[in-house]
Amino acid sequence: MSIDLKTIKHISKLSRISVDEQRAKKLAGDLNSIFDFIEKLNELKTDNVEPLTSIAETTLKLRSDEVKSKNIREQIIKNSPQDNEDYFVVPKVIE
Amino acid sequence: MSDITKQSLTELVENIKNKKLSSTDVTKAFIDRSEKSEELNAYITNDFTSALEKAKKFDQKPNLDSKLPGIPMAVKDLFCTKDIKTTAGSKILNNFVPTYESTVTENIWNEGAILLGKLNCDEFAMGSSNETSFFGNVQSPIDRNLVPGGSSGGSASAVAGQLTPVTIGTDTGGSIRQPASFTGIVGLKPTYGSCSRYGIVAFASSLDQAGPMAQNVKDCALLHEVISSYDPKDSTSIDFKRNHYSKELTNNIKGKKIGIPKEYRVDGMPKEIEDLWQKGIQYVKDCGAETIDISLPNTSYALPTYYIVAPAEASSNLARYDGVKYGYRAKGENLIDMYEKTRSEGFGAEVQRRIMIGTYVLSSGYYDAYYLKAQKVRKLIKNDFDEAYKKVDAILTPSTPSSAFKIGEKTNDPVSMYLNDIFTVPVNLAGLPGISIPAGHDSKGYPLGLQIIGKAFDEQNILNIAYAMEEKINFKNKITDWWIK
Repeated sequence: MSIDLKTIKHISKLSRISVDEQRAKKLAGDLNSIFDFIEKLNELKTDNVEPLTSIAETTLKLRSDEVKSKNIREQIIKNSPQDNEDYFVVPKVIE
Repeated sequence: MSDITKQSLTELVENIKNKKLSSTDVTKAFIDRSEKSEELNAYITNDFTSALEKAKKFDQKPNLDSKLPGIPMAVKDLFCTKDIKTTAGSKILNNFVPTYESTVTENIWNEGAILLGKLNCDEFAMGSSNETSFFGNVQSPIDRNLVPGGSSGGSASAVAGQLTPVTIGTDTGGSIRQPASFTGIVGLKPTYGSCSRYGIVAFASSLDQAGPMAQNVKDCALLHEVISSYDPKDSTSIDFKRNHYSKELTNNIKGKKIGIPKEYRVDGMPKEIEDLWQKGIQYVKDCGAETIDISLPNTSYALPTYYIVAPAEASSNLARYDGVKYGYRAKGENLIDMYEKTRSEGFGAEVQRRIMIGTYVLSSGYYDAYYLKAQKVRKLIKNDFDEAYKKVDAILTPSTPSSAFKIGEKTNDPVSMYLNDIFTVPVNLAGLPGISIPAGHDSKGYPLGLQIIGKAFDEQNILNIAYAMEEKINFKNKITDWWIK
C-alpha cells in the first residue's frame, strides 16, 4: 500500500494539524515506511481471535455520583490562553 | 560533600534517620551537583530554592518515621506538580502550571521527599533517545554525545549522573527500561494498574505506567512501595494487596523457574547481547533457579501492533491540545485555523507523525484493517505470556537489542528508532511488570541491561530475582564526570 499526498492532506485535516507541501511530502515518506513495517501483521490469521479491549481483567468500580471538586472555576480558567471573566475565549465562530 | 551524591537512597534514608546527615546537607549536595551538570540538560525546570527551604523546614521538625525522610528527588516532567510548570517536553505545554498534583508524586511527598525539579523527556514521552524534546536532547553521563535513551532520558541521566538519588519515569513501550539499560541503572515498569495514572500527561492510556528508576534494586523496591497505590481517581487503578517490596526483598530465588524465550534471539542482534544473555542465564542458575526454554511465538508482531495501538490512543488523548483551555495558542483567522496552527506550531515532528498514524488507523475504512487487527494480535501476544506462565515464574531477556547510540544517529529513520523497543514493548501490550538491571558493558564500555518479566502483580518476584542477580553481577557504572568542568 502507499499513502499519497492526498491522503496526508486528508489525515492532516482530521488531526487538525496544518502541514505545508514540504512537510506533507516528508510525512508521506515516513508514514509509508512505518506502514510497510506494520503490514507484517497481515501474515497472521486472526478471524477467530477476540480483540483485547481491556488489559486489566477487572470490572470498573462504581462510585456514588457526588461532586468532589467544588468551586474550582478559577483553577480551571487559570491556564487558559485567553479568557473573559468565567469563560474561555475563542476566535469568532458566528459572523 | 561530594560523596553524599554517591550514596544510594537506602544509605541516605539511613543516614538521615540516624541523624548523621540532615535533609539540608543532602538536598544541598544534589543541588550543587545538578548546578554543575547543566551540560547534561537533564532538567527542564528546577525548584532548587524552594527545595532548600523545604529541607530546612524538615530539619527543624523531622518526621523520621516516613519512608523517604527529607530525601530530595527530581521527577520526569510528565507528572503534574501543583504550581510547578509541567511541560511533557512540549512547546504546547510550555506555559502550563498544574493546579493539582499527580497521585504518584503526591505519594512521594507524603513520605517526606522534596521536589528538586522536573526532568527532561521526549515530547509527550514519544521517543527512544530523548531527542524529540522541545527543550533539547539530553546527554548521557556515560559519554559525550551519547543518547541516554528515552523517553525517560532526563530521568536516567539524572540518576546515573547522581543529580537525584532516585527518580520516577513513565513507560509506555520501554521508556523506563530502555534508558535504564542505556545508562547502567535499574528501572521497573510495574503491572498495568499498579500505579495511578491520575495527573500524568497521557500518551497511550492502555499502556502507560509510572515506575521507579534507581541505582540499585533495593532503592527501586523502596520507591515502588511508595508510589504503588490504589487510586479511585484512576478508573484503571487496581485494588490488590500490595507488598512491602523493600522489606520483603530477598535474594533467595532457589527453585524459581525462569523462562528463556527463543524468539528474543532476533536477526542481527550483536554477539555482545547474546553473550550477556548467556551470562544472565548462568547467574540465575548460580542462584539456584532453573531455566526453561520457552516460546512466545508472536513476539515479532509486538512492535507493529504497538505502532498501531499507541498512536491511535495518542491521537485521541492529544486531541485536547486545541489552544482553548490551556497551553500554547497560535493566532488564526477563525476557530479551525486557530486549532490547526496551534497544533502545527505547538507539536514537534515526532508527535505530529504519531498523531497522523493514529488518526489514519482509526479513520473510516481503515479501522478494521489496522486498529481492530492490532487489538486481536495484542490478545495473541497476551495469550503467549499466559501460556508461558503456566510453566515458569518469570522470563529473562536482554533489555535492548543494542547499547546506547550517538545523538543524531537514528533520527532520520523512524523505524530503526522504533526497533530499540523490540524487547520491552510486548510487556506493555500484555500489561505485565518488567525490570531492567545493568548486567555488563559492551566493547565501547557502554552499559547493557537484562530484563526480567513477571506475572501480573508479581513485582516482588522479579525484584527478588533482580536482587539476587545484582549480587552476582556486581556491576560498576563507569561515570567519569566528563561534563563537570
